[in-house]
Amino acid sequence: MKFDSHMSKPSMRLSGLAAVWLLLASCELIFPQAPADDAVLDGPVAGLTPEQHAQFLRGDVAFNDGVFTSRTGLGPVFVAASCGSCHAGDGKGHPTTTLTRFGQVDSTGNLFLQRGGPQLQHRALPGFQPEQLPAGAAHSRFTPPANTGLGFLDAVPDAALLALADPTDVDGDGISGRPNWISAPGYITARPGTRVQAGRYIGRYGKKAAAYDLLHQTAAAYNQDMGIVSSYEAVDAHSGQLADPEVSNQTVLDVVAYLKMLKAPVQREPNHPDVLTGEQAFLRIGCGKCHTPQLTTGASPIAALAHQTVRPYTDLLLHDMGPGLNDGYTEGTAAPAEWRTPALWGLGLSPNSQGGTYFLLHDGRARSIEDAIRQHGGEGQPSRERFDSLSAEQQRQLVRFLQSL
Amino acid sequence: MKQLLALLLLAGALPATAQIDPVLLRRVPRDTSRLQLNMDAVYNRPFVQPGRLPVALGGYVEANYQYAATDGVSEGHQFQMRRLTLFVSSSIAKRIRFLTEIEFEDGTKEINIEFASVDVEFSPLLNVRGGVVMNPIGAFNQNHDGPKWEFVDRPLSATQLLPATWSNVGAGLYGKKFGATWVVAYEAYLTNGFDDQIISNTQNRTYLPASKLNPDRFEESFNGVPLFTGKAALRHRRVGEVGVSYMGGVYNKFEDDGLRLDRRRGLQVWAVDLTSTVPKTRTVLTGEWAWVRVNIPDAYSPQYGQRQAGGFVDLVQPVMRGTIFGFDRAVLNAALRLEYVDWNRDRFAETGGLIGDETLAVVSAVSWRPTAQTVIRLNYRRQWARDFLGNPPARTAAVQLGFSTYF
Ligand code: HEC
Ligand code: HEC
Repeated sequence: MKFDSHMSKPSMRLSGLAAVWLLLASCELIFPQAPADDAVLDGPVAGLTPEQHAQFLRGDVAFNDGVFTSRTGLGPVFVAASCGSCHAGDGKGHPTTTLTRFGQVDSTGNLFLQRGGPQLQHRALPGFQPEQLPAGAAHSRFTPPANTGLGFLDAVPDAALLALADPTDVDGDGISGRPNWISAPGYITARPGTRVQAGRYIGRYGKKAAAYDLLHQTAAAYNQDMGIVSSYEAVDAHSGQLADPEVSNQTVLDVVAYLKMLKAPVQREPNHPDVLTGEQAFLRIGCGKCHTPQLTTGASPIAALAHQTVRPYTDLLLHDMGPGLNDGYTEGTAAPAEWRTPALWGLGLSPNSQGGTYFLLHDGRARSIEDAIRQHGGEGQPSRERFDSLSAEQQRQLVRFLQSL
Repeated sequence: MKQLLALLLLAGALPATAQIDPVLLRRVPRDTSRLQLNMDAVYNRPFVQPGRLPVALGGYVEANYQYAATDGVSEGHQFQMRRLTLFVSSSIAKRIRFLTEIEFEDGTKEINIEFASVDVEFSPLLNVRGGVVMNPIGAFNQNHDGPKWEFVDRPLSATQLLPATWSNVGAGLYGKKFGATWVVAYEAYLTNGFDDQIISNTQNRTYLPASKLNPDRFEESFNGVPLFTGKAALRHRRVGEVGVSYMGGVYNKFEDDGLRLDRRRGLQVWAVDLTSTVPKTRTVLTGEWAWVRVNIPDAYSPQYGQRQAGGFVDLVQPVMRGTIFGFDRAVLNAALRLEYVDWNRDRFAETGGLIGDETLAVVSAVSWRPTAQTVIRLNYRRQWARDFLGNPPARTAAVQLGFSTYF
């Protein structure tokens, strides 16, 4: 490192170095590119207005960064401290954020409401006792589902769901989807053309379709998952008393709007030959009878969601999935073995939010797509058997198709 | 607040008089006769002493330009005034001195008394210090002045694992013993400590810096239990310095008004730090690693980890020394920082897998020091941040160009 007192040389070197730096900095390579639209689940639907974008951003912040603490109302008993900690990147969750529901065995209601039901808040602030699962209480575990494309599912009219339903299996195909008729809370706004049967509404969110709309789901999540009281769900999960709201109506509504405006997952490599062949097999062996490939939305206050055809691969209906998936616990009029068909869009991106691996089915018990298929029983049994009898190559193509979603 | 204003007025008034007659400005000669350690950093700064006043003034400022993007999303071009810090020191008597450091961060968003202590020297081996002291955990906390570093950002492990700058009201002892080519030193303080925000914060992770948000901490201890911080350091004239430090205390309010609220819950922090210069190449190596352990209630959120660790290593290589742009003692450095923080080293109870919540970064830098006290630095940062579940990391890149200078 010889001392160099000559003026021009160092300054040349210096400006040379700076120039290389600036060149590199201006180069696209230097900054990681945004992942392709089909590689991530979050992001808004196309065609929103600036006003809707602003609300989407507010909801995004409340959903992902709105972490509650003891000072802002968390708990005192809870499961997690923010929506985003269970729904990372709006994708499916991990066993550590799995909820336990308990106490209800049939449609007559929950027997354990006085003992912490229907949801176990197994975490507590320091100095408080968390809830324990009461002995003998029927229970089930729910792994967080992905939150994408929910606005489209919300805008599908009740009539379309009823048209897919076949409660008494009139067509004799062994598949008898039916809606979960639930008692909806007073604060919901019925969607146009909503069907009411003996005062009950069609639920469409949650593993057992026990939530009517995204406001119902969101207000319950604040209350039951985080111990955050709102004016919608005003009874504190711990004390059972009315409590002061800990989240504003505006924030709740922003989050609801955010969920509605999340884009539908974008399929990757839709024209790959394996994907196309796999999709044909999927439909041929009857998977599409429950995982309905295509739904069409009706009217929606959000223009971008109205009258759109989307491909979620769900009928939003309940199906009896057999004894293997029967945990003995239920919600609304759903029987213990009945589960709402989960949407399959976004399935291939699940590991990106589940810590690098798959945790599928309602409680994350299936560790791969094949595993999830092999656990289909009940109404799903015939198509499962047909899957088993496919050649290894055909099975691979079918799975390849599911991964592309 | 009033005292602060008075100090600021004083600080403002003195340079004003100085400006009238710059001859009155006297640079306080720095003590170079003895080996300096990280713990001496507070006093080892350029000060200006106006006239014969027993007060010396100093300070530093740092500002920068930044363009950063995470996974393709950028907030655009940012100009940032990171901090403006003023020091006032005074020799009250022969072996009694006072120094304060007041910092304005991000404009005036945060105003902190980082340091305000009276030191009384009984012997080199026994000094008493009291007031607002900087807890000697790691080396960065005490040696954090912007102009000393080639990087625009402070190390993640120093600011987001350890809570630099972490100062508290308290008192303690320090001293040194000198040999021919080495010096050993110790420091031990009792101060106010942490509060329960370390496990209840919007970061949703065990986060020691969260306690800095407690506005009462200079006035009362959260739980009445003092925080102990101690450090031992050894410096060899040629080899460099190593330090080992410990900080421990109770962070929760286990009792109020004589009523029991919870068990006592403790936290312990250990750190090692190292500073060394490779004589042949003059490469400067600075590193620090810290381990944190916090007692977290069993039924609390697993987001809050019981164990954390992290640190950094900086390599600074002078590539050119001499006259550059007419500054005759200028130095051009190339530097590299590797840093890593794992905020949660626990395992998932449900799966037995390792919890994520960790960040790795590599920062390369070119810095130009026209004088020893001023640095102009260009940084390029690449960072990978994994969330709690260990999902694919968010990738960040940033280009920063800024300066930091003592004044
Ligand atoms: C403790 C983890 C956890 C937290 C916190 C949490 N969720 Fe969920 N979320 C779940 C689980 C588990 C389900 C499935 C619940 C069910 O079946 O009833 C779910 C279901 C949902 C659904 C229905 C999705 C569908 O396809 O049916 C929406 C929407 C939702 N959550 C939104 C939210 C919002 C908004 C918040 C914050 C206010 C939130 N969640 C907080 C775990 C969580
Ligand atoms: C009778 C209706 C029905 C049929 C037919 C059916 N499924 Fe399902 N599927 C479901 C239900 C209901 C679940 C959720 C069960 C649970 O959570 O325990 C499910 C879950 C899944 C899952 C896991 C999704 C997730 O998010 O966890 C996959 C993958 C899947 N089905 C693929 C298939 C394939 C492939 C076929 C054809 C071989 C098929 N399904 C046939 C109803 C059906």
